[in-house]
Amino acid sequence: MTDTTTSGPMLSADGVPLKTSLARALRRQKLRALILIAPLLAFVVLTFVVPIGSMLFRSVENQIVSGTLPKTIEALETWEGQDGTLPDQEVFQALFFDMFRAAEAKEHTKLGSRLNYERTGFSSVFRTTGRSLDDIGEPFQDWLEDADPAFAEGLTWYEIFSGTGGEDLIEERRAIWANMVGEGFAGDIGFTLSGEMAQLLPQTAAAYSDWAIYTAIVEDDVVAEEDPWEAVYAALALDLARDGAASALAAYSGAGAAPIANALAALPSLPEIDFRAAFIAENDGWGDTGNWQTLKIYSPDYTAGYFLNAIDMEKGLDGATARPESQQIYVKLFIRTMIMSLIITGSCILLGYPVAWLLANLPVRSANVLMILVLLPFWTSLLVRTSAWKVLLQQQGVINDILVWLGFVDDANRLILMNNSTGTIIAMTHILLPFMILPLYSVMKTIPPSYLRAAKSLGATNWTAFWRVYFPQSIPGIGAGSILVFILAIGYYITPEIVGGTDGVFISNRIAHHISSSLNWGLAAALGSILLVLVLALYWLYDRIVGIDNVKLGG
Amino acid sequence: MANSLKLTLKRPSLWGFTAPLTAALSGVFGYIAGTSFGNPLLGIVAGAVIGAVLAAVLHPMPEKRMMARLGVVALFFAVGLFATNLGGGIAAAIVGAVLSWFVFWIDTGDYRKGVPIYYTRAQTLWHNSFLFLCGLIFFFLIAPLFPVMWLSFNAQNFFTFTPEMLAFDPDGYSLKHYRDFLTTDEWMQPLKNSLIIAPIATVISVTLGTLAAIGLSQSHVPGRQTIMAILISPMIVPLIISATGMFFFYAPLGNWLELSLGLNKAFVGYVKVILAHAVLGVPFVIITVTATLVGFDRSLTRAAANMGANPVTTFFRVQMPLILPGVISGGLFAFITSFDEVVVVLFVGSAQQQTLPWQMFTGLREQISPTILAAATILVTISILLLTTVELLRRRSERLRGLSPS
Repeated sequence: MTDTTTSGPMLSADGVPLKTSLARALRRQKLRALILIAPLLAFVVLTFVVPIGSMLFRSVENQIVSGTLPKTIEALETWEGQDGTLPDQEVFQALFFDMFRAAEAKEHTKLGSRLNYERTGFSSVFRTTGRSLDDIGEPFQDWLEDADPAFAEGLTWYEIFSGTGGEDLIEERRAIWANMVGEGFAGDIGFTLSGEMAQLLPQTAAAYSDWAIYTAIVEDDVVAEEDPWEAVYAALALDLARDGAASALAAYSGAGAAPIANALAALPSLPEIDFRAAFIAENDGWGDTGNWQTLKIYSPDYTAGYFLNAIDMEKGLDGATARPESQQIYVKLFIRTMIMSLIITGSCILLGYPVAWLLANLPVRSANVLMILVLLPFWTSLLVRTSAWKVLLQQQGVINDILVWLGFVDDANRLILMNNSTGTIIAMTHILLPFMILPLYSVMKTIPPSYLRAAKSLGATNWTAFWRVYFPQSIPGIGAGSILVFILAIGYYITPEIVGGTDGVFISNRIAHHISSSLNWGLAAALGSILLVLVLALYWLYDRIVGIDNVKLGG
Repeated sequence: MANSLKLTLKRPSLWGFTAPLTAALSGVFGYIAGTSFGNPLLGIVAGAVIGAVLAAVLHPMPEKRMMARLGVVALFFAVGLFATNLGGGIAAAIVGAVLSWFVFWIDTGDYRKGVPIYYTRAQTLWHNSFLFLCGLIFFFLIAPLFPVMWLSFNAQNFFTFTPEMLAFDPDGYSLKHYRDFLTTDEWMQPLKNSLIIAPIATVISVTLGTLAAIGLSQSHVPGRQTIMAILISPMIVPLIISATGMFFFYAPLGNWLELSLGLNKAFVGYVKVILAHAVLGVPFVIITVTATLVGFDRSLTRAAANMGANPVTTFFRVQMPLILPGVISGGLFAFITSFDEVVVVLFVGSAQQQTLPWQMFTGLREQISPTILAAATILVTISILLLTTVELLRRRSERLRGLSPS
């Protein structure tokens, strides 16, 4: 110690400057704390925060439309739609091939139900059309097979389109399949596309590739041995009938040159190509410009449509408009949820305050005994308490039985206490009351009883002493308890579902309905996101007033 | 204060105070009894007379209070039994007990015991009414559980009391709902699932939660507030939102596990529910363990380190035994959270993972069988056991930390 020089920085025992040494110790301490926290943080983020994020994503995600009908959406871009005209033939042509692919993969009904949430009737339009797409393609198949019977053989097609140089197109089609159905479209399909054909007969090459990918990967069959879809025949007919196709094909001499030449020769007998008329004939929903407008409005990959639906508005070509009065339910439901949660919070304050006061002012021993009466319901299963209220409140239930027996209520008009908002409010007040009593109690414990005595000795009446001295000091407890009860009440699902009937349900019941019954998951996610924002705002408020560290459980 | 002054309270007058009050209360009981016999008016009159007589009879014997009360209860029981049935007898005995207690409470001036000696009559009345009001609220809190437990022994398949039950006729009671519960797969499979899911979820949340709580209690944690907010959030975010989010996220996750890793479908189902329940239990563990650590004396770990213990030994031999009560009660909270949870399992699980609350929820919604009530009673018993454990642990922890022993 004595040989330490007085100049220069102070050193620790091992000769390192003290400052560095301390900084290193602090860093190590921080690191150790973070290592201890990290596993849980990662766990919570992965199993909780990411799922919540996925819900937020779901509330705007809308890839199903462009995933299922990619080319139709592309073709629809130029269509304005305001003047009441239908989209032109090109759109219907793209729709035919998109729909054919979707129908084979049975994805078209999913899109149908998705669009049905926005405009009723869409579901049946897609379902019926999906069944009759073969009929639309069949005339072309007949025509080609009449022109040259070789077209009836799958092998002919395989030989025509086999080759090299068309890999780009195959990859593009794979991506389309993967967008529509999901993963799993990589891998060998036992077929490589000829680049020459991809140029000469672009539509047919695309349709044939679609079919080949489907046959090899979904059906697990050999491409060369199967007969292609009607859509491939239709595509070939379209390609052959295109201006300049004949002259371009004249020079072609590869595999299948003879059948192609025969088909070109038979062009005059080709049936008229009118996909629009064919689609409208299958289902007149396709002749409805309203349907096409909806399709166009919901074509982007991300949409605010679910949120607009969640606040009773709808998306139009010119922006958002309010829904007709009769269809407005969600705003009302949100307001009802808020009002009922407020009533529940209010009744919890009314019932919880006296009890908390009593507990805080009794000797510790008796307070502990009475505390058990508060904690027992708190620890009892929510389902048990809800079933208890069902037993008590139903029309043949205990409360009505007693009232009838005492003659307060006539047997014929028993009180309807359940399956309406009364039932929800009574049961939820009971269930949430401990959450009010516990924070109130912990605040009241800290108010010295001498303050009240001082006020009284200065001449205040009991009421004045309470109202001017005690009550203001207990307000933080009321605030904490109210926010806690309100947050819990606003997201309740089980109790309203069982005792709430139709009038007493909350927004959460609607969310559950959309998840499990109507399957409108996007709307459920949007409603959930709005509720989440509300709750987070309250959570923030709670943190400001009480502090999250001060949450206590069980006294 | 009143006690320390050693003042003897003046006994109120019999005919001016005790008798009329007793008659009034007794009249109320008389009204109820009268209604059941079809004549409420007669009931009130008879009740009032009985009350007044009772007050007069009991007035001279405040010294032999216990004997007198027992006598009244026995008399009422005999009359009730004779007039109706066992149920009536018990009801009458309860009325007798209440009435005789009330007479002595009023008559000996006990009703002023809780208030300062200088209180006026109105203030005393207010004080006692307040206590009565609190009693009613406690009744509201606890009473709804009793009909459920009582009805679970119903011999009929009803959710309501039968006349046999009210008469305490043994024929009106049976254990058949409990037999149903214990013997049918419909209930045993969910119970088994609950007993698989809840403990595993608890172990996960307790292990990770305790470590994190210890980390959080260190003095220099960067971003402590944010981390705490994230860790507590599963408790604050409404279950329906957590469930919705998990529904969207866990379904593809499960598919991926099944397809890519080739795991068993049932196994994946359990994993999903267990993970979901574990994360819901985390905040409870964090809160209770952090609260225990607030009172933890840091010099103990330093002393251990000083004597050559490495951090792991210090943790298991010094820190762990001291914070164990907090860890266990956090674990119990996490357990009950999972054991009682229905929304998330409803959304994330499949029929194979049906838990006990799920089965009860389905039963309540479709109103199938009163076996639900037997299940509810069993759950109440479990929660009483858990509550007792938590209370004992809490007191032990307070004693260990030298806080006020109670």
